[in-house]
Amino acid sequence: MIRVVLPTPLCQLARVSGELQLDLDGRVTQRTVLDAVEARYPMLRGTMRDHVTQKRRAFVRFYACEEDWSNESPDAELPAEVASGKEPFLVIGALAGG
Amino acid sequence: MSGVRVLVGTRKGAFILTSDGKRKSWDVSGPHFAGWEIYHVKGSPADPNRLYASQCSGWFGQQVQRSNDGGKSWEPVDNKFTYEGVAGTHLWYDGTPHPWEFKRVWHFEPSLDDPDTVYAGVEDAAIFKTTDGGKSWNELPGLRGHGSGPKWQPGAGGMCLHTILLDPTNSKRMHIAISAAGAFRTDDAGATWKPINHGLHSQYIPDPNAEVGHCVHRIAMHRSRPNTLFMQKHWDVMRSDDAGDEWREVSGNLPTDFGFVIDVNTNEPETIYVVPIKSDAEHFVHEGKLRVYRSRTGGNEWEPLTKGLPQENCYVNVLRDAMCVDALDPCGVYFGTTGGQVYGSADSGDSWTPIVRDLPAVLSVEVQTLQ
Repeated sequence: MIRVVLPTPLCQLARVSGELQLDLDGRVTQRTVLDAVEARYPMLRGTMRDHVTQKRRAFVRFYACEEDWSNESPDAELPAEVASGKEPFLVIGALAGG
Repeated sequence: MSGVRVLVGTRKGAFILTSDGKRKSWDVSGPHFAGWEIYHVKGSPADPNRLYASQCSGWFGQQVQRSNDGGKSWEPVDNKFTYEGVAGTHLWYDGTPHPWEFKRVWHFEPSLDDPDTVYAGVEDAAIFKTTDGGKSWNELPGLRGHGSGPKWQPGAGGMCLHTILLDPTNSKRMHIAISAAGAFRTDDAGATWKPINHGLHSQYIPDPNAEVGHCVHRIAMHRSRPNTLFMQKHWDVMRSDDAGDEWREVSGNLPTDFGFVIDVNTNEPETIYVVPIKSDAEHFVHEGKLRVYRSRTGGNEWEPLTKGLPQENCYVNVLRDAMCVDALDPCGVYFGTTGGQVYGSADSGDSWTPIVRDLPAVLSVEVQTLQ
């Protein structure tokens, strides 16, 4: 079981509160985590990654274990603490604007 | 008992204003989708309880929300707008080719007879269609495929397709408008399009009479006269009596002919409304006075409508999708400002009252007349 924390606007869109808990078989990467989130909550497709290119949206960041994974390969293995559910995978709306 | 439902899109959410046919007292619900930009909310003429809302965010992109109960509850539907085939390029602000990129939906136009069929005007300019209530969207590629597409260029607000007019007498005919490409018409249900900009004169482009490149801000039509179109261009108020084949200027005695909105009285097809804005550099009303101008002669002769509107120290704008008319008699007229006010008139514009005063900046106002 992995844990995912979404920013408030996406929680509202998906109509969830608190962190998500998802079962994930196999490798735990940004791509597999986001695939699992979008499979459970289809309305989140296109909100974190572009529909077609699957690139991260410019003002969305991905954090794990107090490190910024936003610019890492989406297929890189996330830390073992995320894979085990000890630590959450964080989706962040970047600070932008005034 | 008849009534009206006013659908307001703002920078930070949607609001729904309802009243009975007297249009004196109002109930306000919202914000719906708090914190999100709501570019447009519109109801289906075929089923007034079916609403569509364009919800977007600089962080999280585009969402489309659908309501089946007049806005009491909403459900997200498909938000994937993918250009058909190779997207190609249009011109960027500096004149260089720039790839077509989807940014947002500016305008929904539901079909006149099917609540599941809706057209969407988007930025970068294109028209999409759903026939399943928003579960999937497909581009009508003939518009971008018109040979002029690579020459289109964005206006200051982006290269948006903001106006879609359906001809109530001819299901194959539609008019659309793009900033800053101009107006286009299809006579074969969207398969092919032709530019309809003859007679427009825009000094800010290299060839002022070019086939495309005009910054059209809004077009309006009266249901009983679908061949007569009224246009608020960047500068100039224009009129066509042959479905856009030829345009002539009807700015007449307006204090300034820059503006965004234009609409037609439901009961009087020669009565039209605009809100003059000082200039393209100063996007606020002229002389600090919020005045709707009405022409009862289809243009050229205009009268200011000021009763109930602020006549000093007012510096708001009224954006292109932020005026509408209801179908009651006398006609109700509504508009919203960038200062967050939504004004309504229940007497064809003779007098105005603020329905709400302190919303976020208003992006769009639509009204449904309920029986």
